[in-house]
Amino acid sequence: MDNNINLEVNIAGLKLKNPVIAASGCFSFGREYSRFFDLNRLGGIAVKALTRQPKKGNPPPRIAETPSGILNSVGLQNPGVQVFIEKEIPFLRNYDTAIIANVAGDTVEDYEYMAETLSNADVDAIELNLSCPNVKEGCMAFGSSAEGVFKVVSTVRKKASKPLIVKLTPNVTDITEIAKAAEAGGADSVSLINTLLGMAIDAKTRRPILGNVTGGLSGPAIKPIALRMVYQVSKAVKIPVIGMGGISNGTDAVEFLLAGASAVMLGTAGFANPMAWIETIDGIEKYMIENKVKSVTELVGGLIV
Amino acid sequence: MNRMSTVYKVVRSQWLNIDTFMLTIESEKIAKKARAGQMVHIKCGEGTEAFLRRPISICSVDRDKGTFDLGIQVRGKGTKILSRFKEGDDIDILGPLGHGFSMYPKHRKIIAVGGGIGIFPLLQLLKDHPAESKKAILGFRSKPLVILEEEFRQSCNELLIATDDGSYGEKGFVTDLLKKEVEKDPPDMVFFCGPIVMMKAGVQLLQNYNVPCEVSMEQRMGCGIGACMTCVCKVKKGDDWNYTQVCKSGPVFGGDEVIFD
Repeated sequence: MDNNINLEVNIAGLKLKNPVIAASGCFSFGREYSRFFDLNRLGGIAVKALTRQPKKGNPPPRIAETPSGILNSVGLQNPGVQVFIEKEIPFLRNYDTAIIANVAGDTVEDYEYMAETLSNADVDAIELNLSCPNVKEGCMAFGSSAEGVFKVVSTVRKKASKPLIVKLTPNVTDITEIAKAAEAGGADSVSLINTLLGMAIDAKTRRPILGNVTGGLSGPAIKPIALRMVYQVSKAVKIPVIGMGGISNGTDAVEFLLAGASAVMLGTAGFANPMAWIETIDGIEKYMIENKVKSVTELVGGLIV
Repeated sequence: MNRMSTVYKVVRSQWLNIDTFMLTIESEKIAKKARAGQMVHIKCGEGTEAFLRRPISICSVDRDKGTFDLGIQVRGKGTKILSRFKEGDDIDILGPLGHGFSMYPKHRKIIAVGGGIGIFPLLQLLKDHPAESKKAILGFRSKPLVILEEEFRQSCNELLIATDDGSYGEKGFVTDLLKKEVEKDPPDMVFFCGPIVMMKAGVQLLQNYNVPCEVSMEQRMGCGIGACMTCVCKVKKGDDWNYTQVCKSGPVFGGDEVIFD
Protein backbone atom coordinates (compact mmCIF):
# COMPACT_ATOMS: atom_id res chain seq x y z
CA MET A 1 0.00 0.00 0.00
CA ASP A 2 1.22 3.46 -0.89
CA ASN A 3 1.56 5.55 2.26
CA ASN A 4 0.97 8.80 0.42
CA ILE A 5 -2.48 7.68 -0.61
CA ASN A 6 -5.35 8.53 1.71
CA LEU A 7 -8.38 6.30 1.35
CA GLU A 8 -10.14 7.53 4.49
CA VAL A 9 -13.63 8.97 4.30
CA ASN A 10 -15.96 10.45 6.88
CA ILE A 11 -19.67 9.98 6.23
CA ALA A 12 -21.38 12.42 8.62
CA GLY A 13 -19.45 11.17 11.63
CA LEU A 14 -18.97 7.61 10.42
CA LYS A 15 -15.22 7.22 9.88
CA LEU A 16 -14.13 4.60 7.36
CA LYS A 17 -10.54 3.56 6.57
CA ASN A 18 -11.56 3.26 2.93
CA PRO A 19 -14.78 3.90 1.01
CA VAL A 20 -15.65 0.25 0.34
CA ILE A 21 -18.48 -1.26 2.37
CA ALA A 22 -19.98 -4.74 2.07
CA ALA A 23 -23.62 -4.15 1.08
CA SER A 24 -26.37 -5.42 3.34
CA GLY A 25 -27.88 -8.77 2.44
CA CYS A 26 -24.96 -10.21 0.53
CA PHE A 27 -22.46 -10.56 3.34
CA SER A 28 -24.53 -11.98 6.19
CA PHE A 29 -22.67 -11.02 9.40
CA GLY A 30 -19.21 -11.47 7.90
CA ARG A 31 -18.40 -14.90 9.32
CA GLU A 32 -18.47 -16.78 6.01
CA TYR A 33 -16.16 -14.39 4.18
CA SER A 34 -13.83 -14.04 7.19
CA ARG A 35 -12.62 -17.57 6.53
CA PHE A 36 -11.25 -16.42 3.21
CA PHE A 37 -10.08 -12.83 3.42
CA ASP A 38 -9.15 -10.36 6.08
CA LEU A 39 -12.25 -8.38 7.13
CA ASN A 40 -9.88 -5.72 8.50
CA ARG A 41 -9.41 -4.63 4.90
CA LEU A 42 -13.01 -3.45 4.54
CA GLY A 43 -14.11 0.12 5.17
CA GLY A 44 -17.26 -1.24 6.72
CA ILE A 45 -19.80 -4.01 6.77
CA ALA A 46 -23.53 -3.33 6.40
CA VAL A 47 -24.92 -6.45 8.02
CA LYS A 48 -27.87 -8.52 6.84
CA ALA A 49 -31.11 -6.60 7.51
CA LEU A 50 -32.27 -7.03 11.10
CA THR A 51 -35.82 -7.13 12.39
CA ARG A 52 -37.31 -7.03 15.88
CA GLN A 53 -38.22 -10.72 15.80
CA PRO A 54 -36.52 -13.49 13.83
CA LYS A 55 -37.82 -13.67 10.28
CA LYS A 56 -38.18 -16.82 8.18
CA GLY A 57 -38.10 -15.13 4.79
CA ASN A 58 -39.69 -16.12 1.50
CA PRO A 59 -40.12 -19.58 -0.05
CA PRO A 60 -37.41 -20.74 -2.49
CA PRO A 61 -36.29 -20.41 -5.20
CA ARG A 62 -34.99 -17.07 -3.96
CA ILE A 63 -32.52 -16.31 -6.72
CA ALA A 64 -32.67 -16.19 -10.50
CA GLU A 65 -29.94 -15.31 -12.93
CA THR A 66 -30.82 -12.62 -15.47
CA PRO A 67 -28.70 -10.91 -18.15
CA SER A 68 -25.72 -9.37 -16.31
CA GLY A 69 -27.39 -9.70 -12.94
CA ILE A 70 -29.62 -11.54 -10.55
CA LEU A 71 -33.04 -11.31 -9.00
CA ASN A 72 -33.41 -12.17 -5.33
CA SER A 73 -36.41 -12.60 -3.10
CA VAL A 74 -34.87 -13.61 0.23
CA GLY A 75 -37.45 -11.61 2.17
CA LEU A 76 -35.25 -10.44 5.06
CA GLN A 77 -34.56 -13.84 6.66
CA ASN A 78 -32.57 -13.06 9.82
CA PRO A 79 -32.20 -14.31 13.40
CA GLY A 80 -33.59 -11.11 14.96
CA VAL A 81 -31.82 -8.13 16.52
CA GLN A 82 -31.16 -9.78 19.92
CA VAL A 83 -29.17 -12.63 18.40
CA PHE A 84 -27.24 -10.07 16.38
CA ILE A 85 -26.36 -8.10 19.51
CA GLU A 86 -25.42 -11.14 21.57
CA LYS A 87 -23.61 -13.26 19.00
CA GLU A 88 -22.67 -11.28 15.92
CA ILE A 89 -21.44 -7.93 17.26
CA PRO A 90 -18.79 -9.59 19.49
CA PHE A 91 -17.54 -11.51 16.45
CA LEU A 92 -17.47 -8.42 14.21
CA ARG A 93 -15.65 -6.43 16.89
CA ASN A 94 -12.65 -8.73 16.43
CA TYR A 95 -12.04 -6.68 13.31
CA ASP A 96 -11.17 -3.06 12.75
CA THR A 97 -14.01 -2.27 10.37
CA ALA A 98 -17.15 -0.18 10.79
CA ILE A 99 -20.34 -2.05 11.68
CA ILE A 100 -23.44 -0.67 10.00
CA ALA A 101 -26.67 -2.19 11.29
CA ASN A 102 -29.25 -2.40 8.52
CA VAL A 103 -32.73 -2.42 10.08
CA ALA A 104 -36.18 -3.18 8.73
CA GLY A 105 -39.67 -3.26 10.16
CA ASP A 106 -43.36 -3.56 9.42
CA THR A 107 -44.40 -0.43 11.31
CA VAL A 108 -42.97 2.94 12.34
CA GLU A 109 -42.83 1.58 15.92
CA ASP A 110 -40.68 -1.30 14.72
CA TYR A 111 -38.18 1.14 13.20
CA GLU A 112 -38.20 3.23 16.40
CA TYR A 113 -37.59 0.14 18.52
CA MET A 114 -34.74 -0.96 16.26
CA ALA A 115 -33.09 2.47 16.25
CA GLU A 116 -33.28 2.74 20.03
CA THR A 117 -32.05 -0.81 20.59
CA LEU A 118 -29.12 -0.43 18.23
CA SER A 119 -28.21 3.02 19.49
CA ASN A 120 -27.52 1.25 22.80
CA ALA A 121 -25.50 -1.48 21.07
CA ASP A 122 -21.91 -1.43 19.86
CA VAL A 123 -22.48 -0.51 16.23
CA ASP A 124 -21.06 2.45 14.31
CA ALA A 125 -24.09 3.46 12.29
CA ILE A 126 -27.68 2.51 11.56
CA GLU A 127 -28.94 2.03 8.01
CA LEU A 128 -32.73 2.30 7.76
CA ASN A 129 -33.95 -0.14 5.17
CA LEU A 130 -36.85 1.70 3.54
CA SER A 131 -36.34 -0.13 0.30
CA CYS A 132 -36.56 -3.94 0.46
CA PRO A 133 -38.94 -4.89 -2.39
CA ASN A 134 -39.53 -8.45 -1.12
CA VAL A 135 -41.77 -7.97 1.92
CA LYS A 136 -45.41 -6.98 2.08
CA GLU A 137 -45.23 -4.67 5.12
CA GLY A 138 -42.88 -1.78 5.83
CA CYS A 139 -39.64 -1.18 3.91
CA MET A 140 -40.49 -0.14 0.37
CA ALA A 141 -44.08 0.62 1.40
CA PHE A 142 -42.64 3.51 3.44
CA GLY A 143 -39.75 4.19 1.10
CA SER A 144 -41.73 4.78 -2.05
CA SER A 145 -43.33 8.03 -0.96
CA ALA A 146 -41.71 11.24 0.30
CA GLU A 147 -44.34 11.48 3.09
CA GLY A 148 -43.67 7.89 4.19
CA VAL A 149 -39.91 8.45 4.27
CA PHE A 150 -40.22 11.73 6.17
CA LYS A 151 -42.57 10.16 8.71
CA VAL A 152 -40.31 7.19 9.48
CA VAL A 153 -37.01 9.11 9.41
CA SER A 154 -38.20 12.05 11.52
CA THR A 155 -39.68 9.68 14.13
CA VAL A 156 -36.68 7.37 14.21
CA ARG A 157 -34.22 10.27 14.32
CA LYS A 158 -35.36 11.09 17.86
CA LYS A 159 -34.39 7.59 19.00
CA ALA A 160 -31.17 7.20 17.02
CA SER A 161 -28.01 8.47 18.64
CA LYS A 162 -25.76 6.99 15.96
CA PRO A 163 -25.15 8.19 12.42
CA LEU A 164 -28.36 7.47 10.53
CA ILE A 165 -28.18 6.31 6.92
CA VAL A 166 -31.40 5.90 4.94
CA LYS A 167 -31.31 3.30 2.18
CA LEU A 168 -33.47 4.32 -0.75
CA THR A 169 -35.44 2.36 -3.30
CA PRO A 170 -35.07 3.13 -7.01
CA ASN A 171 -38.67 1.98 -7.59
CA VAL A 172 -40.03 5.53 -7.48
CA THR A 173 -40.86 8.26 -9.97
CA ASP A 174 -38.32 10.77 -8.65
CA ILE A 175 -35.68 9.52 -6.25
CA THR A 176 -34.46 13.06 -5.48
CA GLU A 177 -37.81 13.83 -3.78
CA ILE A 178 -37.35 10.75 -1.60
CA ALA A 179 -33.77 11.70 -0.77
CA LYS A 180 -34.83 15.23 0.15
CA ALA A 181 -37.53 13.83 2.44
CA ALA A 182 -34.91 11.67 4.19
CA GLU A 183 -32.65 14.71 4.60
CA ALA A 184 -35.53 16.82 5.94
CA GLY A 185 -36.39 14.01 8.37
CA GLY A 186 -32.90 14.18 9.84
CA ALA A 187 -30.91 11.53 7.96
CA ASP A 188 -27.14 11.91 8.18
CA SER A 189 -26.65 10.17 4.87
CA VAL A 190 -28.54 8.31 2.17
CA SER A 191 -27.46 5.06 0.52
CA LEU A 192 -28.72 4.08 -2.92
CA ILE A 193 -29.82 2.16 -4.81
CA ASN A 194 -31.52 -0.89 -3.37
CA THR A 195 -32.69 -3.43 -5.95
CA LEU A 196 -35.09 -2.74 -8.80
CA LEU A 197 -38.31 -4.72 -8.65
CA GLY A 198 -38.36 -7.29 -11.43
CA MET A 199 -39.33 -10.82 -12.35
CA ALA A 200 -38.17 -13.85 -14.30
CA ILE A 201 -40.37 -16.41 -16.00
CA ASP A 202 -39.67 -19.97 -17.14
CA ALA A 203 -41.46 -20.19 -20.49
CA LYS A 204 -41.23 -24.00 -20.47
CA THR A 205 -43.13 -24.42 -17.21
CA ARG A 206 -45.08 -21.13 -17.58
CA ARG A 207 -44.21 -20.35 -13.98
CA PRO A 208 -42.24 -17.57 -12.31
CA ILE A 209 -38.74 -18.68 -11.36
CA LEU A 210 -38.86 -17.04 -7.93
CA GLY A 211 -41.00 -18.54 -5.17
CA ASN A 212 -42.16 -15.02 -4.35
CA VAL A 213 -42.98 -14.34 -8.05
CA THR A 214 -41.18 -10.95 -8.04
CA GLY A 215 -37.74 -10.04 -6.75
CA GLY A 216 -35.09 -7.35 -6.63
CA LEU A 217 -32.68 -6.92 -9.54
CA SER A 218 -29.01 -6.30 -8.78
CA GLY A 219 -25.64 -6.69 -10.45
CA PRO A 220 -23.92 -4.99 -13.42
CA ALA A 221 -27.30 -4.75 -15.23
CA ILE A 222 -28.43 -1.95 -12.92
CA LYS A 223 -25.20 0.06 -12.81
CA PRO A 224 -26.20 2.77 -15.32
CA ILE A 225 -29.44 3.41 -13.42
CA ALA A 226 -27.64 3.50 -10.09
CA LEU A 227 -25.01 5.92 -11.41
CA ARG A 228 -27.71 8.24 -12.75
CA MET A 229 -29.59 8.19 -9.46
CA VAL A 230 -26.46 8.78 -7.37
CA TYR A 231 -25.58 11.69 -9.65
CA GLN A 232 -29.07 13.22 -9.31
CA VAL A 233 -29.39 12.68 -5.57
CA SER A 234 -25.92 14.01 -4.73
CA LYS A 235 -26.90 17.25 -6.48
CA ALA A 236 -30.28 17.41 -4.71
CA VAL A 237 -29.15 16.95 -1.09
CA LYS A 238 -26.36 18.30 1.13
CA ILE A 239 -25.86 15.11 3.15
CA PRO A 240 -23.31 12.55 1.90
CA VAL A 241 -24.43 9.84 -0.48
CA ILE A 242 -23.32 6.20 -0.37
CA GLY A 243 -23.54 4.74 -3.86
CA MET A 244 -24.22 1.19 -4.92
CA GLY A 245 -25.72 -0.88 -7.71
CA GLY A 246 -23.67 -3.14 -9.96
CA ILE A 247 -20.20 -2.28 -8.67
CA SER A 248 -17.73 -5.09 -9.41
CA ASN A 249 -14.30 -3.48 -9.37
CA GLY A 250 -12.25 -0.36 -8.63
CA THR A 251 -13.18 1.39 -11.88
CA ASP A 252 -16.89 0.96 -11.17
CA ALA A 253 -16.35 2.34 -7.66
CA VAL A 254 -14.45 5.36 -8.96
CA GLU A 255 -17.33 6.07 -11.36
CA PHE A 256 -19.72 6.21 -8.40
CA LEU A 257 -17.39 8.51 -6.48
CA LEU A 258 -17.17 10.81 -9.50
CA ALA A 259 -20.96 10.78 -9.77
CA GLY A 260 -21.11 12.14 -6.23
CA ALA A 261 -20.92 9.19 -3.82
CA SER A 262 -18.71 9.61 -0.75
CA ALA A 263 -18.44 5.84 -0.28
CA VAL A 264 -19.65 2.73 -2.09
CA MET A 265 -21.25 -0.56 -1.24
CA LEU A 266 -21.10 -3.81 -3.17
CA GLY A 267 -22.58 -7.21 -2.68
CA THR A 268 -23.82 -9.09 -5.72
CA ALA A 269 -20.36 -8.97 -7.34
CA GLY A 270 -19.12 -11.26 -4.58
CA PHE A 271 -21.31 -14.12 -5.82
CA ALA A 272 -19.29 -14.31 -9.01
CA ASN A 273 -15.97 -13.17 -7.54
CA PRO A 274 -15.58 -13.70 -3.79
CA MET A 275 -12.61 -11.33 -3.77
CA ALA A 276 -14.63 -8.48 -5.33
CA TRP A 277 -14.48 -6.27 -2.20
CA ILE A 278 -10.71 -6.56 -1.84
CA GLU A 279 -10.11 -6.11 -5.57
CA THR A 280 -12.31 -3.00 -5.52
CA ILE A 281 -10.27 -1.42 -2.72
CA ASP A 282 -7.03 -2.28 -4.54
CA GLY A 283 -8.52 -0.98 -7.79
CA ILE A 284 -9.43 2.40 -6.28
CA GLU A 285 -5.92 2.73 -4.90
CA LYS A 286 -4.38 1.82 -8.24
CA TYR A 287 -6.54 4.42 -9.99
CA MET A 288 -5.46 7.03 -7.45
CA ILE A 289 -1.77 6.26 -7.95
CA GLU A 290 -2.08 6.29 -11.74
CA ASN A 291 -4.06 9.54 -11.69
CA LYS A 292 -2.04 11.19 -8.93
CA VAL A 293 -4.96 11.53 -6.57
CA LYS A 294 -3.79 11.94 -2.97
CA SER A 295 -7.09 11.63 -1.14
CA VAL A 296 -10.08 9.63 -2.22
CA THR A 297 -12.30 12.54 -1.17
CA GLU A 298 -10.90 14.52 -4.12
CA LEU A 299 -12.78 12.16 -6.42
CA VAL A 300 -16.19 12.71 -4.83
CA GLY A 301 -18.44 14.58 -7.25
CA GLY A 302 -15.47 15.14 -9.55
CA LEU A 303 -17.42 14.37 -12.69
CA ILE A 304 -16.57 16.70 -15.56
CA VAL A 305 -19.77 17.55 -17.39
CA MET B 1 -5.92 -17.86 4.92
CA ASN B 2 -7.43 -19.60 1.92
CA ARG B 3 -7.74 -17.79 -1.32
CA MET B 4 -11.41 -18.19 -2.05
CA SER B 5 -11.52 -19.49 -5.56
CA THR B 6 -8.74 -21.04 -7.54
CA VAL B 7 -8.07 -21.60 -11.19
CA TYR B 8 -7.44 -25.25 -12.07
CA LYS B 9 -6.78 -27.12 -15.32
CA VAL B 10 -9.32 -29.25 -17.12
CA VAL B 11 -7.83 -32.71 -17.74
CA ARG B 12 -10.59 -33.99 -20.05
CA SER B 13 -14.23 -33.71 -20.97
CA GLN B 14 -16.20 -36.73 -22.13
CA TRP B 15 -19.84 -37.11 -23.18
CA LEU B 16 -21.67 -39.79 -21.21
CA ASN B 17 -24.95 -39.61 -23.12
CA ILE B 18 -26.81 -37.15 -25.33
CA ASP B 19 -26.80 -34.22 -22.87
CA THR B 20 -24.56 -35.21 -19.98
CA PHE B 21 -20.78 -35.09 -19.77
CA MET B 22 -17.98 -35.80 -17.34
CA LEU B 23 -15.48 -33.05 -16.63
CA THR B 24 -12.20 -34.15 -15.07
CA ILE B 25 -10.25 -31.43 -13.31
CA GLU B 26 -6.79 -31.38 -11.83
CA SER B 27 -6.68 -30.27 -8.20
CA GLU B 28 -4.68 -32.03 -5.55
CA LYS B 29 -6.38 -29.89 -2.92
CA ILE B 30 -9.93 -30.81 -3.90
CA ALA B 31 -9.06 -34.47 -4.60
CA LYS B 32 -7.56 -34.72 -1.12
CA LYS B 33 -10.04 -32.60 0.85
CA ALA B 34 -13.36 -33.44 -0.76
CA ARG B 35 -15.77 -35.78 1.00
CA ALA B 36 -18.44 -37.70 -0.90
CA GLY B 37 -21.52 -35.53 -1.33
CA GLN B 38 -19.69 -32.20 -1.20
CA MET B 39 -19.89 -29.77 -4.10
CA VAL B 40 -17.89 -27.16 -5.97
CA HIS B 41 -19.07 -23.75 -7.24
CA ILE B 42 -17.91 -23.00 -10.78
CA LYS B 43 -17.55 -19.75 -12.71
CA CYS B 44 -18.72 -20.81 -16.16
CA GLY B 45 -18.24 -17.78 -18.34
CA GLU B 46 -16.12 -14.67 -18.62
CA GLY B 47 -17.33 -11.41 -17.07
CA THR B 48 -21.10 -11.18 -16.90
CA GLU B 49 -21.81 -14.12 -19.21
CA ALA B 50 -23.67 -16.61 -16.95
CA PHE B 51 -23.20 -14.23 -14.03
CA LEU B 52 -23.68 -16.69 -11.18
CA ARG B 53 -21.46 -19.65 -10.42
CA ARG B 54 -22.98 -23.11 -10.85
CA PRO B 55 -23.01 -25.54 -7.92
CA ILE B 56 -22.07 -29.08 -8.99
CA SER B 57 -21.76 -32.13 -6.73
CA ILE B 58 -18.46 -33.95 -6.90
CA CYS B 59 -18.92 -37.32 -8.61
CA SER B 60 -15.62 -38.94 -7.74
CA VAL B 61 -12.04 -38.13 -6.82
CA ASP B 62 -8.73 -39.75 -7.73
CA ARG B 63 -6.56 -39.06 -4.70
CA ASP B 64 -3.47 -40.60 -6.30
CA LYS B 65 -3.65 -38.62 -9.51
CA GLY B 66 -4.94 -35.46 -7.81
CA THR B 67 -8.01 -35.12 -10.03
CA PHE B 68 -11.76 -35.07 -9.53
CA ASP B 69 -14.77 -35.72 -11.77
CA LEU B 70 -17.96 -33.72 -12.19
CA GLY B 71 -20.96 -35.18 -13.96
CA ILE B 72 -22.87 -32.34 -15.59
CA GLN B 73 -26.09 -32.23 -17.59
CA VAL B 74 -26.54 -29.40 -20.10
CA ARG B 75 -29.61 -27.62 -18.77
CA GLY B 76 -29.06 -23.94 -19.45
CA LYS B 77 -26.58 -21.21 -20.24
CA GLY B 78 -23.97 -22.08 -17.61
CA THR B 79 -23.83 -25.81 -18.16
CA LYS B 80 -23.72 -25.27 -21.92
CA ILE B 81 -20.60 -23.14 -21.49
CA LEU B 82 -19.11 -25.81 -19.21
CA SER B 83 -19.72 -28.45 -21.89
CA ARG B 84 -17.32 -26.58 -24.18
CA PHE B 85 -14.38 -26.79 -21.76
CA LYS B 86 -11.58 -29.01 -23.04
CA GLU B 87 -8.22 -30.37 -21.97
CA GLY B 88 -5.85 -27.67 -20.79
CA ASP B 89 -8.48 -24.98 -20.24
CA ASP B 90 -8.46 -22.94 -17.04
CA ILE B 91 -11.50 -23.29 -14.80
CA ASP B 92 -12.33 -21.09 -11.78
CA ILE B 93 -13.59 -23.21 -8.90
CA LEU B 94 -14.63 -22.54 -5.32
CA GLY B 95 -14.63 -25.57 -3.08
CA PRO B 96 -15.03 -28.19 -1.84
CA LEU B 97 -18.14 -26.78 -0.15
CA GLY B 98 -20.89 -27.97 2.17
CA HIS B 99 -21.52 -31.15 4.09
CA GLY B 100 -21.22 -34.52 2.43
CA PHE B 101 -22.78 -37.90 3.30
CA SER B 102 -22.28 -39.38 6.78
CA MET B 103 -20.19 -42.49 6.90
CA TYR B 104 -20.56 -44.38 10.16
CA PRO B 105 -18.75 -47.72 10.63
CA LYS B 106 -21.84 -49.01 12.48
CA HIS B 107 -23.77 -48.89 9.20
CA ARG B 108 -22.82 -52.33 7.85
CA LYS B 109 -25.44 -52.49 5.10
CA ILE B 110 -26.15 -49.45 2.95
CA ILE B 111 -28.15 -48.68 -0.16
CA ALA B 112 -27.49 -45.69 -2.42
CA VAL B 113 -30.48 -44.62 -4.46
CA GLY B 114 -30.06 -42.19 -7.37
CA GLY B 115 -32.22 -40.84 -10.13
CA GLY B 116 -30.90 -39.35 -13.38
CA ILE B 117 -28.02 -36.95 -12.76
CA GLY B 118 -28.59 -37.49 -9.05
CA ILE B 119 -26.49 -40.64 -9.32
CA PHE B 120 -23.20 -38.71 -9.51
CA PRO B 121 -22.35 -37.95 -5.85
CA LEU B 122 -23.30 -41.53 -4.90
CA LEU B 123 -20.30 -42.93 -6.77
CA GLN B 124 -17.67 -41.58 -4.37
CA LEU B 125 -19.95 -42.44 -1.45
CA LEU B 126 -19.97 -46.09 -2.49
CA LYS B 127 -16.21 -46.05 -3.04
CA ASP B 128 -15.46 -44.57 0.38
CA HIS B 129 -18.12 -46.05 2.65
CA PRO B 130 -16.74 -48.70 5.04
CA ALA B 131 -19.91 -50.87 4.95
CA GLU B 132 -19.71 -54.62 4.21
CA SER B 133 -22.74 -54.63 1.97
CA LYS B 134 -23.14 -51.77 -0.48
CA LYS B 135 -26.00 -51.74 -2.95
CA ALA B 136 -26.90 -49.15 -5.56
CA ILE B 137 -30.28 -48.58 -7.15
CA LEU B 138 -30.10 -46.21 -10.09
CA GLY B 139 -33.01 -44.90 -12.10
CA PHE B 140 -33.09 -43.43 -15.61
CA ARG B 141 -35.83 -42.45 -18.03
CA SER B 142 -34.74 -44.93 -20.70
CA LYS B 143 -31.83 -47.09 -21.89
CA PRO B 144 -29.93 -44.43 -23.90
CA LEU B 145 -29.64 -42.33 -20.74
CA VAL B 146 -28.07 -45.07 -18.59
CA ILE B 147 -24.58 -43.92 -17.57
CA LEU B 148 -21.63 -45.00 -15.39
CA GLU B 149 -22.99 -48.53 -15.08
CA GLU B 150 -19.55 -50.13 -14.99
CA GLU B 151 -18.13 -47.59 -12.51
CA PHE B 152 -21.02 -48.19 -10.11
CA ARG B 153 -20.84 -51.97 -10.52
CA GLN B 154 -17.19 -51.89 -9.48
CA SER B 155 -17.90 -49.69 -6.47
CA CYS B 156 -20.66 -51.74 -4.84
CA ASN B 157 -21.71 -55.34 -4.17
CA GLU B 158 -24.93 -55.17 -6.13
CA LEU B 159 -26.25 -52.78 -8.75
CA LEU B 160 -29.91 -52.55 -9.72
CA ILE B 161 -31.08 -50.34 -12.57
CA ALA B 162 -34.62 -49.16 -13.24
CA THR B 163 -35.93 -47.31 -16.28
CA ASP B 164 -39.25 -45.52 -16.51
CA ASP B 165 -40.10 -47.22 -19.80
CA GLY B 166 -38.57 -50.61 -19.03
CA SER B 167 -36.08 -50.35 -21.93
CA TYR B 168 -33.28 -51.41 -19.57
CA GLY B 169 -33.20 -53.14 -16.18
CA GLU B 170 -36.45 -53.18 -14.24
CA LYS B 171 -39.42 -51.16 -15.42
CA GLY B 172 -40.57 -48.68 -12.78
CA PHE B 173 -39.23 -46.32 -10.15
CA VAL B 174 -36.18 -46.73 -7.95
CA THR B 175 -38.45 -46.49 -4.91
CA ASP B 176 -40.28 -49.66 -6.10
CA LEU B 177 -36.97 -51.52 -6.19
CA LEU B 178 -35.96 -50.01 -2.86
CA LYS B 179 -39.15 -51.28 -1.22
CA LYS B 180 -38.41 -54.84 -2.36
CA GLU B 181 -34.82 -54.62 -1.11
CA VAL B 182 -35.82 -53.20 2.25
CA GLU B 183 -38.42 -55.94 2.74
CA LYS B 184 -35.92 -58.61 1.72
CA ASP B 185 -33.03 -57.36 3.83
CA PRO B 186 -33.37 -54.06 5.72
CA PRO B 187 -30.29 -51.84 5.35
CA ASP B 188 -28.77 -49.78 8.19
CA MET B 189 -28.72 -46.62 6.09
CA VAL B 190 -29.99 -45.34 2.74
CA PHE B 191 -28.65 -42.39 0.74
CA PHE B 192 -30.73 -40.54 -1.85
CA CYS B 193 -29.86 -38.10 -4.59
CA GLY B 194 -32.20 -37.21 -7.39
CA PRO B 195 -35.49 -35.49 -8.19
CA ILE B 196 -37.41 -34.12 -5.19
CA VAL B 197 -40.43 -36.38 -5.89
CA MET B 198 -38.16 -39.41 -5.74
CA MET B 199 -36.47 -38.39 -2.51
CA LYS B 200 -39.78 -37.48 -0.89
CA ALA B 201 -41.28 -40.86 -1.80
CA GLY B 202 -38.10 -42.61 -0.62
CA VAL B 203 -38.02 -40.85 2.75
CA GLN B 204 -41.72 -41.63 3.33
CA LEU B 205 -41.19 -45.27 2.39
CA LEU B 206 -38.29 -45.72 4.79
CA GLN B 207 -40.21 -44.15 7.67
CA ASN B 208 -42.50 -47.22 7.56
CA TYR B 209 -39.50 -49.48 8.09
CA ASN B 210 -37.61 -47.28 10.56
CA VAL B 211 -34.58 -47.12 8.29
CA PRO B 212 -32.60 -43.85 8.53
CA CYS B 213 -31.58 -42.03 5.38
CA GLU B 214 -29.87 -38.95 3.99
CA VAL B 215 -30.87 -36.83 1.01
CA SER B 216 -28.77 -34.55 -1.18
CA MET B 217 -30.70 -31.36 -1.92
CA GLU B 218 -30.43 -28.97 -4.84
CA GLN B 219 -31.44 -25.32 -5.08
CA ARG B 220 -30.67 -22.22 -7.13
CA MET B 221 -27.63 -20.77 -5.42
CA GLY B 222 -25.85 -17.44 -4.95
CA CYS B 223 -22.60 -17.17 -2.99
CA GLY B 224 -22.19 -20.88 -2.24
CA ILE B 225 -20.72 -20.30 1.22
CA GLY B 226 -23.75 -19.48 3.36
CA ALA B 227 -23.77 -15.68 3.25
CA CYS B 228 -26.57 -14.74 0.85
CA MET B 229 -29.44 -16.88 2.20
CA THR B 230 -30.83 -17.65 -1.25
CA CYS B 231 -30.38 -21.44 -1.66
CA VAL B 232 -32.63 -22.46 1.20
CA CYS B 233 -34.70 -25.54 1.92
CA LYS B 234 -37.25 -26.12 4.66
CA VAL B 235 -36.01 -28.03 7.71
CA LYS B 236 -37.57 -29.03 11.03
CA LYS B 237 -36.64 -27.02 14.09
CA GLY B 238 -38.24 -28.42 17.24
CA ASP B 239 -41.98 -28.10 16.78
CA ASP B 240 -41.40 -25.37 14.23
CA TRP B 241 -39.50 -25.14 10.95
CA ASN B 242 -36.89 -22.90 9.40
CA TYR B 243 -35.26 -22.17 6.07
CA THR B 244 -31.61 -23.18 6.03
CA GLN B 245 -28.90 -22.85 3.39
CA VAL B 246 -28.36 -25.85 1.12
CA CYS B 247 -24.78 -24.70 0.43
CA LYS B 248 -23.69 -24.52 4.07
CA SER B 249 -25.97 -26.81 6.10
CA GLY B 250 -26.24 -29.24 3.16
CA PRO B 251 -26.30 -30.21 0.39
CA VAL B 252 -26.70 -33.49 2.33
CA PHE B 253 -29.38 -33.47 5.05
CA GLY B 254 -30.92 -36.14 7.25
CA GLY B 255 -34.05 -37.56 5.63
CA ASP B 256 -36.07 -36.79 8.77
CA GLU B 257 -34.73 -33.22 8.83
CA VAL B 258 -36.04 -31.88 5.52
CA ILE B 259 -39.66 -30.87 4.99
CA PHE B 260 -40.70 -31.69 1.43
CA ASP B 261 -43.61 -29.41 0.53
